[in-house]
Amino acid sequence: MIEHVRLHLDQAFGWPVRMHMGAERPRDAWDARRRQWSSTRILRWLGEVGPPGGKLLGLTDVDLFIPILTFVFGEAQLGGASAVVSTARLADPAEVGDGRVVLERLAKESVHELGHTFGLTHCGTPGCVMGRSASVRDVDLKRGELCPDCRGRMSPREEREA
Amino acid sequence: MSGEKTHILVVDDEEIVRESLGGWLEKDGYVVAAAPDGRSAVEKLKAEKWDVLLVDLKMPGGMDGLQVLDEARKLQPEAIAVMMTAYATVDTAVAAMKLGAFDYLVKPFDPEELSLMMKKIVDRQALVRENAVLRQALKKEHRFRELVSQSPAMQKVFDLAQVAARSNSTILVLGESGSGKEVLARAIHAESPRAAGPFVAVSCAALTESLLESELFGHEKGSFTGASARRKGKFEAADGGTLFLDEVGDISGKLQLDLLRVLEDRKFHRVGGTEPIEVDVRIIAATNRNLRKAVADGSFREDLFYRLNVIPILLPPLRDRKEDIPLLVEHFVERLSAEMKKKLEGVSSEAMAAILAHDWPGNVRELRNVLERGAVVAAGSVIQAADLGLSRPGAAPAGAREPGSLEEMERRHITEVLSHTHGNVSQAARILGIDRVTLYSKMRKYEIRRPGGEEPEAPEGSKS
Repeated sequence: MIEHVRLHLDQAFGWPVRMHMGAERPRDAWDARRRQWSSTRILRWLGEVGPPGGKLLGLTDVDLFIPILTFVFGEAQLGGASAVVSTARLADPAEVGDGRVVLERLAKESVHELGHTFGLTHCGTPGCVMGRSASVRDVDLKRGELCPDCRGRMSPREEREA
Repeated sequence: MSGEKTHILVVDDEEIVRESLGGWLEKDGYVVAAAPDGRSAVEKLKAEKWDVLLVDLKMPGGMDGLQVLDEARKLQPEAIAVMMTAYATVDTAVAAMKLGAFDYLVKPFDPEELSLMMKKIVDRQALVRENAVLRQALKKEHRFRELVSQSPAMQKVFDLAQVAARSNSTILVLGESGSGKEVLARAIHAESPRAAGPFVAVSCAALTESLLESELFGHEKGSFTGASARRKGKFEAADGGTLFLDEVGDISGKLQLDLLRVLEDRKFHRVGGTEPIEVDVRIIAATNRNLRKAVADGSFREDLFYRLNVIPILLPPLRDRKEDIPLLVEHFVERLSAEMKKKLEGVSSEAMAAILAHDWPGNVRELRNVLERGAVVAAGSVIQAADLGLSRPGAAPAGAREPGSLEEMERRHITEVLSHTHGNVSQAARILGIDRVTLYSKMRKYEIRRPGGEEPEAPEGSKS
């Protein structure tokens, strides 16, 4: 699964990708009332514990939220260093999808959130991976790549990690 | 999304909501700012223009979301406001909608709900912008300077006037009283290469023969009793520009001959003068009389008629182009709103129905006067039917009379209106939908005296 994401990131950004495995989660990110994890707090934690320099993408299976929305697939610091994506809603059993489809969705949203860390905002070009996704149907309609416009808007950065 | 970025103001007392919503909206490419309470939101509304306001309903500190919404409606009525609340109640939702909120969201929002709402807002704003651009374009297309019309007959008038403006030929504007003959003449002047020169208007019906002669050609000192100094006439005043001769069908035989000479030679003499004066003047003449008929019955010189009738332009009466009425109403309401510094949005549908049902014998001038009255009387920003003072069609006049000839009815009606205005001619002319000059000439024709007893006196001759 992680290897598939790595391939997509490599294809999208063309920079070396390093992988770290870990099972820890920040305790203060758990919201007992909502029974969900705060993606914003996870981003903050990633910034504290992750290696310095480059970009950081956290992958998880817990249900993420931001205070104003009922859930999010992931979150990223716009123009910052950290991003996080979860499989929890991407593997929504109410939506059709085998393991392969979920894998594709995870790869797309990973590229999408990392795109935000490179300063990219949501894109209106049909099929562009930076298109806004409010549902898994939206994710399925996107391709896994950046459109030429978004690619052009991205400035080259130093090494990043995932 | 259209070219310009949408500016969104998020008003919420919870920092976490401001950050979270702001972050989400920024990723969508919007320009976002936040205010932590009602008061700072109002400050931001006073300082900058916002397209969308996302306002939390319950906020501490004396000013809740509904109050912010109320202020926003006054400060930036075109901004789209969305209320947010943690607890939805029917009452607050109704109150928000009554205050003009576009939508109402319960926190936290479903991502799809927020996306759809933002899309609806952006689409709606694009539509509003497009509509404004189209209306502006349409207005441009439907106007010739101060004249507005979308009727095919008037479009032909505009086209002809546009072409005629470029030439130096004499123009004869024909049309009923109030149909806009002078407005058209001014428009032609403004569109002509003479635009930088003077536009001088003379009403030929308002003056006696000798006064009109001296008005047009000027006089030398001592040329007649009262001519205490040399005076230039309107022909000289209009040198390098345009001379508008209104009611040209009403001039006497002697003046018809004088006018013919000037048109032929471009030279004339001041009254009592011997030295010929040469002028460069473009003539636009106008009349509401049937000049061909006047030529046939011998009251108007045929040679002068042909001199004047080089480019005839016929202005159709308003009753023949009723499709223009809504456009004209909008045009005048806009103008009156600016002139009177009073916020006027338009006329109610009942008022428009009454306007469309009216026959408009006084044409566009009458329509303008009726709307002016409506604008003065209207209590709110929308002119109501009752504000216009138009009589209902079919309403029988008090005390039915013996039927009489058209002229007899006109004489009676003018007398009644003058008595109603206690002899105030300007007011009577407004009610009748004709200009003062026409009213004076009708008073002379029917030998109507003003209540108060004097003879119908002539007003000042020039309208320039």
